[in-house]
Amino acid sequence: MELLANLATGFAVAANPINLLYALVGCLLGTLIGVLPGIGPVATIAMLLPATYALPPESALIMLAGIYYGAQYGGSTTAILVNLPGESSSVVTTLDGYQMARLGRAGPALAAAGLGSFFAGCVGTLLLAGFAAPLSDMAFAFGPAEYCALMVVGLVGAVVLASGSLLKAIAMIILGLLLGLVGTDVNSGITRFSMNIPELTDGIGFVAVAMGLFGYAEIITNLAKNETDREVFTAKVQGLLPTPEDFRQMMPAVLRGTVLGSVLGVLPGGGAVLASFAAYTLEKKIKLKAGEVPLGHGNIRGVAAPESANNAGAQTSFIPLLTLGIPPNAVMALMVGAMTIHNIQPGPQVMTVNPELFWGLIVSMWIGNLMLIILNLPLIGIWIKLLSVPYHYLFPAIVLFCAIGVYTTNNATFDIGLVAFFGLAGYVFSKLECEPAPLLLGFILGPMMEEYLKRALQLARGDWSVFITRPLSAALLAIAVILLLLVLLPAIKAKRDQAFVED
Amino acid sequence: MFWSEHVSIKSQKDFVSGLMFTVTGAAFAWNSAMSYDIGSASQMGPGFFPMALGLVLVMLGGFIMFFSLVVETPDGGAIGEVAWRPLVCILGANLLFGALLGGIPGAGLPAFGLVVAVYALTAVALLADGSSFTFRRVLELGSIMAAGSYLVFITLLHLPMPVWPAFVSGF
Repeated sequence: MELLANLATGFAVAANPINLLYALVGCLLGTLIGVLPGIGPVATIAMLLPATYALPPESALIMLAGIYYGAQYGGSTTAILVNLPGESSSVVTTLDGYQMARLGRAGPALAAAGLGSFFAGCVGTLLLAGFAAPLSDMAFAFGPAEYCALMVVGLVGAVVLASGSLLKAIAMIILGLLLGLVGTDVNSGITRFSMNIPELTDGIGFVAVAMGLFGYAEIITNLAKNETDREVFTAKVQGLLPTPEDFRQMMPAVLRGTVLGSVLGVLPGGGAVLASFAAYTLEKKIKLKAGEVPLGHGNIRGVAAPESANNAGAQTSFIPLLTLGIPPNAVMALMVGAMTIHNIQPGPQVMTVNPELFWGLIVSMWIGNLMLIILNLPLIGIWIKLLSVPYHYLFPAIVLFCAIGVYTTNNATFDIGLVAFFGLAGYVFSKLECEPAPLLLGFILGPMMEEYLKRALQLARGDWSVFITRPLSAALLAIAVILLLLVLLPAIKAKRDQAFVED
Repeated sequence: MFWSEHVSIKSQKDFVSGLMFTVTGAAFAWNSAMSYDIGSASQMGPGFFPMALGLVLVMLGGFIMFFSLVVETPDGGAIGEVAWRPLVCILGANLLFGALLGGIPGAGLPAFGLVVAVYALTAVALLADGSSFTFRRVLELGSIMAAGSYLVFITLLHLPMPVWPAFVSGF
């Protein structure tokens, strides 16, 4: 079995004690930051990214994957205990999770989230390992026109799944694409849009963009809200293990969530968000057994299904990144940035040129999931303590962490100014209800897209029809159009609008 | 004109964001057209892609503004109050930290190094919400964070950055 041989290669890399240590540190740091209310995985990864610069590429990516999963676990802990979702994919977890906590069943809720996620993570890892090779082979058949079409699908996906106005989300993507073009043009050697600032010759640093738009903007927005009475269920967390009855209820929910999540995660856009929401909706449609609490009132299925779905989705969303080099969402866009910093060009060639890194990363995702379940359940007490630390002790530390992180990217004071600019922009965007995630995706894809568009049209001698005469490219563009039309359908539009206000 | 009597902004948020997109798009498109070679579809110059994107952005911004004048929104899409205090303090703490850490040679500001910068950042950041700032807290939190970041970033990670003011360490 080739798959087993590949996984063995991966285990050799990932189970190396040093890398295990980095995975562990990543999981811990990720959970630590992810547990803070209002700080999601994107902000967490952006903040912690500079901490991985000094590491060798394998260890850096392994640690980042750990941070990602840690942040997601942390997010669900906050959702269950404080009723504040740390990120959009755990919004639905608050519905039943918090109700369970109020009924004194926070322990089983946390365990259900953890065990469900672990199961989903295992399935996701196997899928990723199994599909990676055939998909990469397909990627080599892609020409510039197909790559271009694929990026359009990715960007449209990001728009479709963004909440709020469609037009604004598209505009944010274009703005991101434009910002991505600032700096030296590879083809002509001309420096574009640098406003004669020498530091901008190499382009805008993406760490500054991500940290400003997500980190700083979120801190400012959080501080602007009046400190509401946070009800933290510190005392009531006891008896972590779900009862046998709980297990009977949550097993099928976990399975359904995993399947839904795995499929939806591959789709471009915020796979994990859609996955958790779809899984919850599905659970709601399933008939209640006798004596079961309805969903929304503390049903364990309402925690297990979306949590499994978002973890499965998180796992399978690595598939398009690792095989095609196209990031399907903002988190993956950050991973692309991290890879580029370590001089790895994401795409199908990673698997052949750098098999240790590729399989090591895949296996370490599974190890990360395992670590989280072993570590986090016993450590829950500590995370709860952290939640009860007043915010005014936390935010100066977060600001400091961001500032040092940005400074060390280039050891330049200029970057600190840049992050302040994007922090301001991020606050303006949040005031105007313009979502920053599509912008980040566009920012990463901008130069790539220009390059492929240029090559495709050069090969076709300036004939734009090349995008619809090549079957693969035409099919991809058709998918993009269908996605857009779907959102515009009134029925779905209404659903999408109320997606996050459902009771 | 059927709407000339009641042209009013029905969503502040959308109107302002539309305006923002249009202005930014126009700036990019104008700059591309003026300063860079556009070329043709078969031989794209450095100005081609950004100009096209800029024009699309102008158009999108226009649509967004148009809809903000036509489509009713529940609360008038009010932008609401700007949280000046956290905005200025958080971004200011960050900028001050940068300026103190490395100094600004152009403005004659010497490097004060990590420790001073951490205390300054703590003080300004604590001003961000009306009730957090006390001198005691600045000292406590600043000392913990200065010691912590020295340990993590200098001792463990060996990051190259000045720790003490240049005129003290002579470096």
